[in-house]
Formats: sequence, C-alpha cells, structure tokens
Amino acid sequence: MPNTQQLEDLTTQVRRDIIRMVHKVNSGHPGGSLGCAEFLVTLYNEIMDRKEGFDMDGINEDLFFLSNGHISPVFYSVLARAGYFPVEELSTFRLIDSRLQGHPTTHEGLPGVRVASGSLGQGMSVALGAAEVKKMNGDKSIVYSLHGDGELQEGQNWEAIMYAAAKNVDNIISTIDLNGQQIDGATDDVLPMGSIKGKFEAFGWTVIEIEAGNNIDAIIKGMAEAKAKTGQGKPVCVLLKTIMGNGIDFMMHTHEWHGKAPNDEQLAIGLAQNPETLGDY
Amino acid sequence: MKTYTYTEKKDTRSGFGAGLAELGRTNPDVVALCADLTPSLKMGEFIKENPERFFQIGIAEANMMGIAAGMTIGGKIPFTGTFANFATGRVYDQIRQSIAYSGKNVKICASHAGLTLGEDGATHQILEDIGLMKMLPGMVVINPCDFNQTKAATIAIAEYEGPVYLRFGRPSVPIFTPADQKFEIGKAIQLTEGTDVTIVATGHLVWEALEASKVLNEQGISAEVINIHTIKPLDEKAIIDSVTKTGCIVTAEEHNILGGLGESVARTLATQKPTPQEFIGTNDTFGESGTPAQLMDKYGLNSASIVEKALAVIKRK
Repeated sequence: MPNTQQLEDLTTQVRRDIIRMVHKVNSGHPGGSLGCAEFLVTLYNEIMDRKEGFDMDGINEDLFFLSNGHISPVFYSVLARAGYFPVEELSTFRLIDSRLQGHPTTHEGLPGVRVASGSLGQGMSVALGAAEVKKMNGDKSIVYSLHGDGELQEGQNWEAIMYAAAKNVDNIISTIDLNGQQIDGATDDVLPMGSIKGKFEAFGWTVIEIEAGNNIDAIIKGMAEAKAKTGQGKPVCVLLKTIMGNGIDFMMHTHEWHGKAPNDEQLAIGLAQNPETLGDY
Repeated sequence: MKTYTYTEKKDTRSGFGAGLAELGRTNPDVVALCADLTPSLKMGEFIKENPERFFQIGIAEANMMGIAAGMTIGGKIPFTGTFANFATGRVYDQIRQSIAYSGKNVKICASHAGLTLGEDGATHQILEDIGLMKMLPGMVVINPCDFNQTKAATIAIAEYEGPVYLRFGRPSVPIFTPADQKFEIGKAIQLTEGTDVTIVATGHLVWEALEASKVLNEQGISAEVINIHTIKPLDEKAIIDSVTKTGCIVTAEEHNILGGLGESVARTLATQKPTPQEFIGTNDTFGESGTPAQLMDKYGLNSASIVEKALAVIKRK
C-alpha cells in the first residue's frame, strides 16, 4: 500500500499529465479531470482490489466504470501510471490512430477500459449489469463508477438509480463528482437539482458524503466507509465534493476550464505549480 | 416450380420464445432481460425454468440496454426483449455507445416490428428499425420469416460473438420452413428457382413472395424467390447470382423503403451489377391503426403488390 505522500506525488504527476495532454492537442477537458485526480489516484492505488494485467471480464477483481467520459485525461493518466499501458502513450491523446480517443473506448483495445463513455448518463446502467453478473458468478468484488453532477440531469441515471435499489444491487459504489459546475455554468444556474443526497436516499441508496473530495486522507476514509456499507442490501452512493480545476490556481472554482486547453504560458504556470514527481511521459 | 404449403400458422415471436427456452436449457451463459413485456415477447418458459437468469428491468429501455452491455463483462450473453420501436429508436444512443461501439455481445430481440402490430397504431409500429440498426457499424440485422426460422435464428445468434438485432412480429403467419433447418447468419435461402424475375423478401413478406410466385407461375412467369433473413451482412453473392439469371428484381419488406433491405440490395447491384429493381415497402410514411391484414393491404405489402411490381420490373429489362 502506498502512503499518503506517495499518492500526493502521483496526483501531482497526474495533474502534469492532464494539462500537458490537453495542451498538446489544444482540446480536451482539464477542469473535471483535475477535480477528480485525487479520487482516481486513490481509487486505483489504494481502494480497488485489482489483478495484474487486464482482461475484459475482470472476474474476482474490482471494476471501475467512468460514466463522465470527457474526463478521459485523468482516466488515461491514472490507468497508464497504474501499469495498464505505457505512460509514453499518453503523448498520443486525441491524435489520429491513437488508442487514447477523445472519450474512452474499448474499440481501439486500450487496456483498462471496459465500455465506451462520453455520451452522458449511460455508465451507471453498465456498472449495474457488471455488478449483477458478479453476483451471479459468486464474485465478491465491488463495482465502482464515477459520474458528473451535471450528468445526473440525464434521465437514464434515474432509471438506473431506481433499479439498483429495487433489485438490491449492493455490490456497487457509485460516486458523484459534486463540483457544482457544467459546461454552461454552475449546475445551480443551468438546472438546479435540489438535494442530490435527498434524491439518492429517497430512491433507497445508502449515501456517504466526502466533504473534502480533493483530500486523499478524506477520500480513503470515505471510500472505506462506503465499502463497509456494501453487502447490506442497498446500493451505495458517494457524494464527492470536489473543486473543478483543483491544483492549478487559475483553473479552480470556475466552469471556464471544463473543456478548454491552456495556452503555452498557462501551461508553464500550471506545471510550475505542480513540480515533476515521477517523471513526465 | 417448387411449391410451399403449410398446416399451421404461428407468430414469429413465439419462435423467439421457444428458441430462448431452448437456450435456457442448453447454454448457461444466456441471460434474458425484459422491459415489462414478457407475455408479448413470449419469454415465460425461459423465466419459469431459469428465474435466476431473468432480469425484469421495468419500463426503462435505456437502462436495460446499459445493463445488458454491462452483463457481457463477466461472460454472460444477454438477450433483451421489448417492442421493436422501444428496442431501437428509443434507445439508439445507448445501443450505439454502450453496445455497438463497445463491441458488446448483446442480442437485441425485438417483437411487434412493422405494421402487423395492428391496432395500437403508429406510435408502436416502427418501420425504420432495420435502417437504424444496419447503419450501426458491426451490428448484425436479422428478420426471420416464420416460427421455425425465428426459433432457429434465436438459437444461432447465441453462438455468434457480437451485437445482433433480431426482429420478429406479432401476427400468426404460415410455418413453411423445416423445423430442422440450420440457421446460418448471412446465408440467403433460395426457395424457388426461376428465370424471369428475382424476388428477395424478408420477414413476413417471404410467404407473400411465395404466394406471388404461384400467381406469376400461372401467368407463365418464372420467379426465383429468395429468403433474405439476414439483412446485414447481406448475402450479395446469392442476389447477384440470381439476377444474373433473371435480369430484374423485386425486394419486399415490412419496413420503410428508405433504409431497408431494398436499399441494401440496390447498393449492391448499383456497384456490382446494375439491374432494374422495384421496391415493396412503406414509402416514407408512418403506419396507423387497423387490423394487420387491412394495413398490409392498404400499404401494398402483400402478394398482389409483389405480382404487380414483378410484372412492372420485367418490362424494364
């Protein structure tokens, strides 16, 4: 198990990867990626029980599904640095003939990805299917999924949320990235969703809140609590309160960097705020 | 001319139900999902015999497609069941991203396709589903013609690795294919030999094409009838070989002519062997309420229309 400092160092490196990837192709989604860096680094390196290598079926190992596929930069960086594919391949992000498509896909055979995502609202249903099969197979491992808060405006989520509770799918932990931002502005301005916690609870889920969603210790504690709640007849939701653009001061607390790449000067500032720890790709 | 008779009529959806039940007994990886239409899809036998392998999703087709995609992870072969309209148009993006683009081994099984749904009317009578599904890269599209062939197709698609759209219907139609006929995906079946005109038909129109060939035969016209149960991948060779003999073709389907079997045939012929072609299908229109027979007559999806188009296309040779 890595210690907190090692996870912090990895996160810093992941942040560098994210902004270098989107800068190079002048496209991609740095804001949400940075906001979820601590979470995904911690999930893959501390929380999930993973096997060596990659096979699609993932039997007897924890699975992760990224529903908000636009935060592919953080997903790719975390996967590469967890050993699923060479970190050098991060330099091909969004380029022609790359396995690192703009949004994650299985189509090019990238290890670590089990379903395409990008068109929002579909990931929880897929995660539920995988969770149901784990139960059928007598496989005790857990299915994790990540969703944007704005993404909950897609109706399919609520079909899935209703199903999970009705069918007692209690081997799933779905995390909602509560950064309060979406492309057009604050979620409260675009389409206020009221109490997301209240909605999940009303639908029959166990809800765990992580207030400091960019703090690795808080994530470890919250996810351990979530895991302890699995197997009790109810699906588990983690409300992860994050700061969009976290770790790069001018990208924080705004939706402006949802889908915009930094220019040369902005990249330099961002990299200076996140000194190299494990070596750039 | 080889002639076909029948002693029994059954709905093709019951062929699906029988095939699924058989798979329940023979293939432990097969799981079934339904969005609140189990009696309509004739899934009862599978459910009764394999309750642990059946998933009632409720009226939530988008969720059903996603769950089915997820169930392939871990080795299951999911068969989803709902009406053709809700199995395609309603969930096109879910199928596109989570199933087709993701290369998932999901079998999308769709009943009540086309006009023969009858009285429920246009909201439920999809005539665009073949087009929607055949446009998806990698999607296999199958529309069998009777009970036996639908049962055989259901069993066969479990052996095929990859996404499949299986389309069938509600009305009772003659059973004329052999119960023991093996179903080969993408392999057309020549039903009659002929020299004057080729008639390729899919689904419920195959029997109508056979009826038409009898009428044509009485008029001294030799029609070659081909059952195209698999619209994608299309058996191009069977079609080209046939029109090489006959020199003209009529395509027949219970579907919009925009995007259906006829268009696939036309593209094949235009690029490989330009041939006069006439189309039987609905023409850029929605359906409406009525009995299946009334609707098929009103929209020209019957043997009389096939005869008419055959006579017309022969003149264009």
